[in-house]
Parts: sequence; structure tokens; C-alpha cells
Amino acid sequence: MKRIKTINKTNLKQTAAKGGCSECQTSCQSACKTSCTVANQQCEK
Amino acid sequence: MIHKFHLKDLYIVLDVCSGAVHVVDELCYNLLDFCEEEMEAQCPSAALATLEAPPEDIREAYGELFTLYENGQLFSKDDYEQFSGRFGPSPVKAMCLHIAHDCNLRCDYCFAAKGDFGHGRKLMPLEVGIAAMDYLVANSGARKNLEVDFFGGEPLMNFDVVKKIVAYARGLEKKHDKRFRFTVTTNGLLLDPDIRDYINREMDNVVLSIDGRRSVNDRLRVTPNGKGSYDAIVPKYKELVSHRKEKSYYVRGTFTKYNLDFTQDVLHLYDLGFDQISVEPVVSDPKLNYSIGEGDLPAIFQEYERLADVMVEKKSAGEKINFFHYMLDLDGGPCAIKRLRGCSAGNEYVAVTPEGDIYPCHQFVGIDGWKMGNILDGTLDMKMKKMFAATNVLSKEECRSCWARFFCSGGCNANNLQYAGDIQKPHKLSCELEKKRLECAIYVKAKLAEE
Repeated sequence: MKRIKTINKTNLKQTAAKGGCSECQTSCQSACKTSCTVANQQCEK
Repeated sequence: MIHKFHLKDLYIVLDVCSGAVHVVDELCYNLLDFCEEEMEAQCPSAALATLEAPPEDIREAYGELFTLYENGQLFSKDDYEQFSGRFGPSPVKAMCLHIAHDCNLRCDYCFAAKGDFGHGRKLMPLEVGIAAMDYLVANSGARKNLEVDFFGGEPLMNFDVVKKIVAYARGLEKKHDKRFRFTVTTNGLLLDPDIRDYINREMDNVVLSIDGRRSVNDRLRVTPNGKGSYDAIVPKYKELVSHRKEKSYYVRGTFTKYNLDFTQDVLHLYDLGFDQISVEPVVSDPKLNYSIGEGDLPAIFQEYERLADVMVEKKSAGEKINFFHYMLDLDGGPCAIKRLRGCSAGNEYVAVTPEGDIYPCHQFVGIDGWKMGNILDGTLDMKMKKMFAATNVLSKEECRSCWARFFCSGGCNANNLQYAGDIQKPHKLSCELEKKRLECAIYVKAKLAEE
């Protein structure tokens, strides 16, 4: 494309079907302890 | 749904439900104002009549946007409601262990009422810690990874008990096919070489509290005698980190109304040799002098942009620096279910006090009416657990239509309760800050992707 650059390849929707194993870190434990940003956690799979 | 924003030199479009991020030119950016959620193949005539660009350029730009739409990367449908039935009570897999309701600092902004959570200064007895580990294993179902945070107050004031709890928990791992991951959050005053080496060996993560520049840190992070803590802790943190190798750590600060130029604090921490940095806004009663209010938002937003520039500059130069709230893995990260579920407090995650009382999380400890049970007598308020399990992005009316919902996942339930009066109602100030941080984080990613 000439006018658009898409900077990521995955589609969040595709992660729903096999997601939810709950092995990943609980959201606010890694550093913040006060403000949630779930999206910066890592997937364990 | 899309969210578009113009930040510095970039026009950025986030497709909310797919998570796709596009950097577009100015014409595409303006053209999106004429696009419906259900895009037609034909360029809207209103766009051709209004936009100041040659028609062939407008048609070309529209064609590119339409291709994204057809690929499910623009105006993708929100079909996540189908997962709303998956959020019931779950095994407990994470625990915040309040190993000390006592502290050797008296930080002005402490949410834990200067360390004792308003219920008197106490250390957790070993038997409570051991019972907590047994409770966690017994209630964790098939979950393999169990997380335990040693928290306070100041955990190092009760460190012998920490060591004994860790040893006990390690003894449970093989028998129950579990893996414990430990974290300790400390103010650093009691760090010595033995504790340092122990932490570096046993703790998967360590959070080292410091607010940044000496003057900033020492204004609020003081001893009971009012003396600043900076000079005592910085050499100890340097020692610890230099011995830590590749294991996780964060130096973690709080910014307040007193240091809205917090980029300087991030840079100061970096200059001290720390590259894993988290500096976060104070969340406090608006009446207090240091509290951040809505009137401070323009200055904070500007500062987050300044910090984004710094991150781009440093990362482009190959420097290793990580700012916690600009960490985003746009190609991976947690699955959609996790993002819908949110923080998990009161369901997968609980806090345990020195008395063995169970609370939904560390932020709820000491708040009347939020005790869930006790690990020693085995009680647990299942009604409350179910209520927390059902608290997620889809249950929060204001979050359901927010563009940031798959990043913040509904925010901090404790903040929602304390400052918005209801765990289902997002705390507006926190939301505004979160949204700005996300825009800046996406901007940093987009800039780095240009290279």
C-alpha cells in the first residue's frame, strides 16, 4: 500500500478461541500495583 | 470501531476489535471521518465533495482503507459478547502476601496508611504464611504457575519468615506439579548482601521503590524522623541490579503533582544505571496537596509525549531502556479472553493479611466490608468471589464502548471503588491517563517500526 503501513500482523480475535488458560501473570503484579494495563503482560504459551 | 489520533508527525489508526494498528497519511486520516462502520466499495460522495485533494487521490486512499476493511483490519466487528459466559469463579493462582503490616518509611502518599493498612502494625507469623501456601496449592486447580508477591508495608522487616515460606513452597512444587514464581516489593532500606543474593536467587521479579531524583524522592519517601531515603537506597539498588543478570526487576516510582516533569525522573533512574523503569501516577484523595487532578491532565499529557520522544530516541540509538507503561506487544501479548477478564482480583488473585484474612487484592485490604474470608478457618465469601469473577470489560457499561478496552481491560477495581464509588464504574482520571499512555506507547511502536 502507498498510503498505509500496518505495523502488526496478528489479529486479536484469533487469540480468543484457544485463549483463557490463565497461566499468565495476574495483571497488576509485575510492577505497578496500582494501575492496570493488561496488554503489557506476556502470554505463557 | 476505530480510534484514530494524530500525535506529532504520525497519523495513527487503531482497529479496536482486531488490534490492528495502521500508520496512515493525512488524506486517509481525514477520509475516515466519512467512513461508516459498514464500508461500501464506493468512495462516499461527501468525501469527494469536501476533502481538498484531487478526486483520484481520494479514491485511491479510500481503496486502501476498503482493502483493510475487507481484510478485517478496519471497522472489524465486535463479536466478543459470545465469551461473556466464560467469566465464572476460577481457581486461585496468585496471591499477594502481606508479610508485614509495618514499614520503616512514612511515605506521604502511601495507600497502606503508612504501612499498617489502618489496622495496627503487625508482622505475618510463619504459620499464616505456610497456611497461605497450602491454601494456594489446594485452590489452584490445574493451574501450574502460581505467583506469590511478598508485599507490605515493608517485606524486608519480616524477611526470615519470607525465606521460610519460600522454602516451604519449593517443597510443594514437585509433589503438586506447581511452579511458584515469587516477587518482592521493597523500599530497599534493609537490603544487605545476604538479602540481596537471596532475592536474586529466589525471586523471579523484584520491585524496587524509588521516585527518581533525590529531591523528588526525599520529599515524600521519608523515614519516621522525616529524613529522605534516597542516599540510603540508591547504592543498594545498584548493587542488587548489578548482580541480578537477566532476571526481571523494576525500579518503580510514583509521580505526584510535585513532579509533573517526571520524564526527568525516568531519565535520572536510567542515568543511575537502571533500565527497567516504572513511574506511575499517584492515585489519591483529590483534596491532598500532592494529588493529581483533572486540571493537571494537559501538563501530564505533554510529559507523556516528551517521554515517548525520549524512548524513541534512546531505543533508536540501540540503548536498552524499558518504561513499564509503554510496553506493548502489538503482535502478541495476552489473549483476548485475558483482556476481557481484566485484573482478576477477588477471583484468581487474592491478598492475605498477617491475620490470614483474605481480601480481593492488596488495594482492598483494610477497607470495611471487603474481607472475603480467612485462610486459617477456611472461610470464603463465594458470593463476593462470583461478583468479582463477573466483573470484566463486558460488565462495565462505560468500558464496553471504550477504544482502550482491550488494553486496560476495565482498569483497577479498587480504584474504581474508592474514587468512582463502584467497582463497575471506571475511575475517570485513571482512564484519561491510561488512554494517553496507550497512545504514546502505540506511537513509540509506530516510530520504531519506521526504522
